[in-house]
Amino acid sequence: MYQYDQIDQRLVEQRVAQYRDQTRRYLAGELGEDDFRSLRLRNGLYIQKHAPMLRISIPYGLLTSSQVRMFARIAREFDKNYGHFTTRQNLQFNWPKLEQVPDILALLASVQMHAIQTSGNCIRNVTADHLAGIAPDESEDPRPWCEYIRQWATLHPEFSYLPRKFKIAVTGSPQDRAASKVHDIGLHLVKNADGEIGFEVLVGGGLGRMPMIGHVIREFLPKHELLGYLEAILRVYNLEGRRDNIHKARIKVLVKAVGPEKFREMVEAEWQANREYAPTHDAAGFARIAAFFTPPAYESLGDVDVLSGKPTEFRNWYQRNTRRHKVAGYRAVFLSLKSPTRPPGDITDAEMDRVADLADRYSFGLVRATHDQNLIFADVRQRDLFELWQSLKALDLATPNIGTLTDMICCPGLDFCSLANATSIPIAKQINERFDNLDYLYDLGDIELKMSGCMNACGHHHVGHIGILGVDKGGEEWYQITLGGSASGQDAAIGQVIGPSVAHADVAETIDRILNVYLAEREEGERFIDTFRRLGIKPFKARVYAPSHQAA
Amino acid sequence: MRRLIKQREIVVDEWRHADEDAHGGPHRALILPFARWKEEKDRWWLWDGRLGVRLGPTDPVAALEQDFLRVSLVAIEFGGLAEGRGYSQAQLLRKRYKFTGELRAVGKIQRDQLFFMARCGFDAFEMPETTKLEEALLSIDDFSVAYQGAPDAGLSLERRAV
Repeated sequence: MYQYDQIDQRLVEQRVAQYRDQTRRYLAGELGEDDFRSLRLRNGLYIQKHAPMLRISIPYGLLTSSQVRMFARIAREFDKNYGHFTTRQNLQFNWPKLEQVPDILALLASVQMHAIQTSGNCIRNVTADHLAGIAPDESEDPRPWCEYIRQWATLHPEFSYLPRKFKIAVTGSPQDRAASKVHDIGLHLVKNADGEIGFEVLVGGGLGRMPMIGHVIREFLPKHELLGYLEAILRVYNLEGRRDNIHKARIKVLVKAVGPEKFREMVEAEWQANREYAPTHDAAGFARIAAFFTPPAYESLGDVDVLSGKPTEFRNWYQRNTRRHKVAGYRAVFLSLKSPTRPPGDITDAEMDRVADLADRYSFGLVRATHDQNLIFADVRQRDLFELWQSLKALDLATPNIGTLTDMICCPGLDFCSLANATSIPIAKQINERFDNLDYLYDLGDIELKMSGCMNACGHHHVGHIGILGVDKGGEEWYQITLGGSASGQDAAIGQVIGPSVAHADVAETIDRILNVYLAEREEGERFIDTFRRLGIKPFKARVYAPSHQAA
Repeated sequence: MRRLIKQREIVVDEWRHADEDAHGGPHRALILPFARWKEEKDRWWLWDGRLGVRLGPTDPVAALEQDFLRVSLVAIEFGGLAEGRGYSQAQLLRKRYKFTGELRAVGKIQRDQLFFMARCGFDAFEMPETTKLEEALLSIDDFSVAYQGAPDAGLSLERRAV
């Protein structure tokens, strides 16, 4: 885990002072509404339906137990006793008071945290594979590179007023658990023919109104060229990206307008022209960062049989909620924030305090947030699993549903968000109530359901195997269903709309019909997404809109 | 008399924009819009005053590359916080084209931008009339640390080795 030095610490403290003064100027009437909006947004403060919403940065999803305890304290003292984990591995508070935000930021700074660039038209939190550093299939740990990029991007003099928001994800595994292909820039640590590790660079992916899969513009970039190349991409975007229409301002629109090949040429030309002045690789600085990500002090343990004689409930949890670890004797454990009674991604102050205690006891005091809104203890001794499971179960954090239908991504929706067209939390509830049988969920197997309350797509619906998008039809909430989306690996794809949207009350029924097609048509061991790819959308469409069902 | 921030001091402006009325003083220092400079370059080359050029967000910086013997000020326009092209224009001027004259931010700018602008190489800030320049001046130093190397010779990651 990266630790601030005095430069990092001074920067966040000066940011608190700056923001405190900006808030003072606003409240004193010295700063207009519009001018303050841009300033508060780049500090993660939105004005939402009921109250301001504050988004706090969790760089690449990694937290210490003391940071989790600080979240608990802030939830208690400044909010309504809970927080919400987002799809950018960040945390949001839904009820802070605008005038108290500087005090919240000061508390965060005391535990090496901030809300810098968690919104606004700037480079956002850099995200990573949530299994980074422990995944057996990884070519290199992406997190030191994320931190390196985070520092470069923080208060960047040239790229802090971009045409639109800008998201970067880094992954070191072909599995791509960071949805990197739907980012403005996706960076993949890959090995070339000579066995050297460098970056494959993708540009122009994104969700929102115009969902797109990113294009590879460089197959192999030597590591030491990273910042120079990023600077070239960002400069081309900053100068050429559209600023006249907020819906056409993302880099994906520029890449599409000029074509990926031409865009690549523009970047390469800028990169070459800039070589003499580009930021040089700071090998010593990088080494300092990388040293914080060396493996923790693992014990020499062998893999052990943890399942014999244990209850089925535990075995289910082990199967679904734990993952292989590259070190023998350890497993990675998912804490499910998707129990049937919980709005997806929400966690209370009391739960956060307990999670911090458990992390100290079982996982080197570290917690990870995943982009699909769960938490991870990355380094748990296998022999501790049963005990940990019992503790998590008591906290309602052991629902054995990771990777199943009910492990859905869900934005806050119309209940909180002023952009939303429709609610999403009640739909999550409806789905949870309908599909509450674990055996049925296990029979369905791996399936990704993702839901957004509007086309801004915070819930990543375009890349859900099943996607649900809330739309407003004459003041009523309707839901458009897409099938076949995927965020991961070689298979990344944008989902296809199945047909006309369905009424609020019919969403779970519609999902049920879709699943029935899968159950009837699947081949031995075939996942939902693979059945969909084999059959196409037709049979699903036919079943969902069959007249006999409409009458019901 | 217009006041502005220049090299970290509040001074009276010696320059006049071409579309402004002359208001006293000799005004042998004139800032021309880019389009007019392009058009009338030859005419102005031998004029005996100082010359500046004012760039809009879409004007190409590279077009000035051969002109810096004559042009000693470049003004870059900003239209509020949503306009960010000027930061890149400034970086290019300072780094790639080695422009060493006055680089002035003009238009709708507010003090919260000054730290970023200064680090991109701006050394003069012509702010809206209502701005309290004494307060704005302080914002250049909102941060005493930075992660990126920049034309104002700030810190870089390398300093961490200390």
